[in-house]
Amino acid sequence: MHEMSLAENVLRLIEDSARTQQFKRVRSVVLEIGKLSSVEPDAMRFCFDAVVADSIAQGARLDIIETCGQGWCASCQCNVPVAARYDPCPLCGAYQISITQGDAMRVKELEVE
Amino acid sequence: MCVTCGCGVGQTLIGGHALRQSKRAGGTLKFRAPQAIEPLPAVEPAEIQPSRMIKIERDILAKNNDYAAENRRMLVDHGVFALNLVSSPGSGKTTLLVKTITALNGELPLAVIEGDQQTENDAERIRAAGAPAIQINTGRGCHLEALMVGQAMHRLNLSDDSLLLIENVGNLVCPASFDLGEAHKVVILSVTEGEDKPLKYPDMFRAADLMILNKCDLLPYLEFDADLAIEYARRINPDLQVIRLSATSGVGMAEWLEWITAGCQRMSRQA
Repeated sequence: MHEMSLAENVLRLIEDSARTQQFKRVRSVVLEIGKLSSVEPDAMRFCFDAVVADSIAQGARLDIIETCGQGWCASCQCNVPVAARYDPCPLCGAYQISITQGDAMRVKELEVE
Repeated sequence: MCVTCGCGVGQTLIGGHALRQSKRAGGTLKFRAPQAIEPLPAVEPAEIQPSRMIKIERDILAKNNDYAAENRRMLVDHGVFALNLVSSPGSGKTTLLVKTITALNGELPLAVIEGDQQTENDAERIRAAGAPAIQINTGRGCHLEALMVGQAMHRLNLSDDSLLLIENVGNLVCPASFDLGEAHKVVILSVTEGEDKPLKYPDMFRAADLMILNKCDLLPYLEFDADLAIEYARRINPDLQVIRLSATSGVGMAEWLEWITAGCQRMSRQA
């Protein structure tokens, strides 16, 4: 979807952190992208490289940790794997699974100098 | 440019003025030109700086959410009921807004923020209908963001206890993720589209509180199954309210106006 905007948001978080944590260069950026978050990791890599050019994070390595989808099925009363958002429960076929994991898109950590 | 939907930055205009990237130096996006591959220079060990890890653990949309929270605070303080209207292009958003403005006939102070990639056309249609409007041109961007809407709100000089209608860029994907500070997202689905749109673009129908099924006057000429479309939408979002409407014939307009008026009363500072 909108990976360019998301990459820009990542850069803003990095720049905020540079002010508070006093660093001059970013060597690597670790993102957590859930498989249910509708972010395409390849598109994110492409956009990240374009957005960080001429910034404090120019040339930084982007590590993306992809997390699998999981949800709570109210009728089965257990956690089930979720391949795509709004899919039915793989055990009982009911809809209305509450997603418990795999929808995050977070900046986890930075390696800086 | 985004390889998925073509969205980008650096071309956003609010009422013809550039978006202030206040939190970021520079602002122009630069792409690196392809270069001939040359051997990398040898790195002297002395040049290697010690590195450290910093925990961030923040949502990528945290900055947008901060701006949205600021917008929401300002809207609540002034009793402004703000709606974020989202749909595919061509679902009839602007016509619905024009008819809404005409039907309210000045009973309720209102203003409109129009989002489109290019042109002032929609803002001009709104102004012709008698409401103040500001156009945000997102350039290559495929959705409105809270920072843009905040700046547009300041330019509009909103009245206290009024209605703010934000017409997002016609796109059923990206606007779902970007909170603008609105009270509700209203998704508009027209009966000339497919019944299964809610299943194809679930995020948007999940994010919305109200669905307007528009162009219902055309139902006799189409094979569109309105009940099935509503069933699909509620499979995604069981709490979704639905209004069947035709901006052209006026069917459902009364229910829509009542919904707006009730929202304005809840939000009003005098309530």
